[in-house]
Amino acid sequence: MIELDINGTKRSVDAEADTPLLYVLRDHLAMNGAKFGCGLGQCGACTVMVDGEAVFSCMTPVSVLAGRKIRTIEGLGTVEQPGALQRAFIDEQAAQCGYCIAGMIMRAQALLEKNSSPSDAEIRRHMMPNLCRCGTHMRIVKAVRRAAQTMRAEADKPKSAGQT
Amino acid sequence: MSIKVVRALSVSRRRFLAAGGSLVIGFSLSPKALFAQGSPAATKLPGSLNTTPMIDSWIRLGADGSITVLTGKAELGQGVRTALIQIAAEQLFVQPGKIQLITADTRRTPDEGYTAGSNSMKDSGTAIMNAAAQVREILIARAAVRLGLSADKLKAEDGAVIVSDGRRIAFGDLVGGELTRVRAESQIKLKDPASYTVVGHSMQRVDIPAKVTGGAAYVQDLRLPGMVHARVVRPPAYGAQLRELQSASVEKMPGVLKVVHDGSYVAVVAEREFDAIRAMRALAAAARWDERALLPEPSELFDYLTRLPYDSFIDADNHATTAGVTKTVEANYRRPYQMHGAIGPSCAVGLYKDDSLTVWTHSQGVYPLRKSIAEMLKLPEDRVQCIHPEGAGCYGHNGADDAGADAALIARAFPGRPVRVQWMREQEHLWEPYGPAMMTAAKASLDGGGNIVDWEYEVTSNTHSTRPGGAGNLMPAWHLAIPFTPPQPKPIPLPEGGGDRNAIPYYKIPSVRVVHRFVPSMPIRVSALRALGAYANVFSIESFMDELALAGRTDPVEFRLRHLEDPRAREVVTLAASRFGWSSYAPDKGRGRGFAFARYKSLGAYLAVALEVDVDRETGKVRVVRAVATVDSGQAVNPDGIRNQVEGGVLQSISWTLLEAVSFDKKSITSADWSQYPILRFPELPDTVEVHVVDRPGQPFLGTGEAAQGPTAAAIANAVAAASNVRIRELPLDRKRVKVALGV
Repeated sequence: MIELDINGTKRSVDAEADTPLLYVLRDHLAMNGAKFGCGLGQCGACTVMVDGEAVFSCMTPVSVLAGRKIRTIEGLGTVEQPGALQRAFIDEQAAQCGYCIAGMIMRAQALLEKNSSPSDAEIRRHMMPNLCRCGTHMRIVKAVRRAAQTMRAEADKPKSAGQT
Repeated sequence: MSIKVVRALSVSRRRFLAAGGSLVIGFSLSPKALFAQGSPAATKLPGSLNTTPMIDSWIRLGADGSITVLTGKAELGQGVRTALIQIAAEQLFVQPGKIQLITADTRRTPDEGYTAGSNSMKDSGTAIMNAAAQVREILIARAAVRLGLSADKLKAEDGAVIVSDGRRIAFGDLVGGELTRVRAESQIKLKDPASYTVVGHSMQRVDIPAKVTGGAAYVQDLRLPGMVHARVVRPPAYGAQLRELQSASVEKMPGVLKVVHDGSYVAVVAEREFDAIRAMRALAAAARWDERALLPEPSELFDYLTRLPYDSFIDADNHATTAGVTKTVEANYRRPYQMHGAIGPSCAVGLYKDDSLTVWTHSQGVYPLRKSIAEMLKLPEDRVQCIHPEGAGCYGHNGADDAGADAALIARAFPGRPVRVQWMREQEHLWEPYGPAMMTAAKASLDGGGNIVDWEYEVTSNTHSTRPGGAGNLMPAWHLAIPFTPPQPKPIPLPEGGGDRNAIPYYKIPSVRVVHRFVPSMPIRVSALRALGAYANVFSIESFMDELALAGRTDPVEFRLRHLEDPRAREVVTLAASRFGWSSYAPDKGRGRGFAFARYKSLGAYLAVALEVDVDRETGKVRVVRAVATVDSGQAVNPDGIRNQVEGGVLQSISWTLLEAVSFDKKSITSADWSQYPILRFPELPDTVEVHVVDRPGQPFLGTGEAAQGPTAAAIANAVAAASNVRIRELPLDRKRVKVALGV
């Protein structure tokens, strides 16, 4: 058994040490967000965050993940209460088939947690490992920019009484 | 046409469905049988109503006020689900959120063939628009009877029929009997487009929220009770035969439930997905194959294709002897094999139980796939159900149908539990049917005024459709001990066309001859890739138009306008030029502008694109700096959906045009993954892509999905020529080819 911290919840998983995280998420834990795209670290459809960094879950064996914080798109929000990036992707209609989008959002989340106002060039450089075949790239960049604005506005809000 | 016949068919259908345990009962799915029974040729009905004319095949109302709309088309990521809901909501006078839409399913929806050719709005959108309008009129008529009022005193509003005095009957309260079991009328009263509140207004796509929050959105996300996982082991190359397979040790691997072995067809079933992958790798290592070198020498591909036998089709021939010719220009163009390259490898789930098979598939055509799988398994068609959940975007005939066949074969060998099979990346890359390599030859003459007076054009191509018309089109069936073989390919006839799609120029030219050299023999597996032959033909024709404009010393936009009569074509051309700033353009060093136009299939959407490229002489790298596209898709249903599709088409075509060619050696395909088949990445994006939609309220839907592919390619080649004074006529315009052309 391997104990994993996924979106702040401890999950015990009975998987062999070399099993890539992707299969543990999708198959053992029935989570849909991370997608199988290539199994080679070439397309980023499987991207999740580990300790704040975007990683290819298809290439990361679960044995190296004990005690590390794993975040997936399920941890960012829900349809009813979407996170800033999820909201921005909906507002910009930044999806066509959408198969790459969960990976896109997780890679962007890793960027925005480090850099709250990235330039377009920084966004493009950062997003390079992730492929989109429908050609939604322009909207994806716009959505990341929009989410950055939302996140900055949230951060700048004066804290309400009682939370000081 | 006899209503009695309809009822008789419906009753037998209902019995069958009840026996099959389906929840959906009692609607008319067999309209084709009516025509087959020798009824007089009726008036042509709008869209797919012509083949499925019963209204309750399309729209059903529940007593609880629920509204179910059915379409035989599939959501492929193009947003058709949302657009069809908009159309139904508009004509029914209900909120779009009230409508449940059911897509392609052989037990539930009409048979609309393939979701392809940018035809979904024309076929299904038109059918649903008219069916919804007729349902609304039926509801008003019934309310009129109930209220003892004349129908013209009533109107529909927000899910109810209302009277001016405030009385209101909800649609659900009007339902009963076989209210909508009626045949479509050929002339139904449609809402005045000027009063549209839903159609023509951008609506957020209904499928996106689940896709950005980890919801179950794809066949890949389907998890049925007791489901197991399978993987296939493909031959190392086309035509390779399995000589030996020692599978005993694999069968003992943890979690492995079964090894399926039938001739050269090998698959493994396991409890867990990664167990299946481990076992697949072990099986692949244990398999011994006999391979043969069957492919042409890559450097001689086009000569090889030229030498193959062909059938000639004369697509246009009003060739006349022309006087006053002052200049004749000739050019040849080439396009390589290119890949669909879905980001998600193909996937399907199969369940074989009680001698019946259910396949969940992202095929573009559930009915044709059902027929093909039934043939492959020697089952009656009514024992097979194909249901479409979404997959990753396919852009044409990719591995989807074959994965459906895999699911069928493996599920039959492992009955009783649902079997999910997903391809590995290299399987998708190596086995999907590619967009065919093509060659074109153009020759035209100008008169003294710089007008085209004569045009000759020839396109050489394999087929552009090997979609399942039977088991022989399913690749897994080729590998069985008793194999199925692909049928002789046939060209897709005009006006849609295959290799000759868009081969006839949309320009007014007094003398035109167009020949399609159809090459039946396929050294490499090919089929429909977004836009089919239109990609290469529009690339060729629109490159050639620039070459002619140059020969006639005319501005390329002016030259096109001079030969365009259709005012809608002229409008997208003029608008693209003005939004781009064509007349005031002044290039920086290394930059150039390019323009192209086409009307997709000569009967679909009008699309013009103007763009600017940067050509780096040192590296040969071309980047599109900015692009402006204008599109007229007829009545726009979801304008932002159209923009999204065109933006996507422009970017995908940039990728095809600058980067993509399937590589191979004499034995096998070598483009096995993204490292050997690079596609566009974020740093290579244009700075901006603008799309302007020219809405045509009340005009027929023309479709959008494929319109940008050809024009974008030609606009890039034209811009590169403008930036560097070098005309490149072979795709892709990758660094190597550009450097060679520039002589650096």
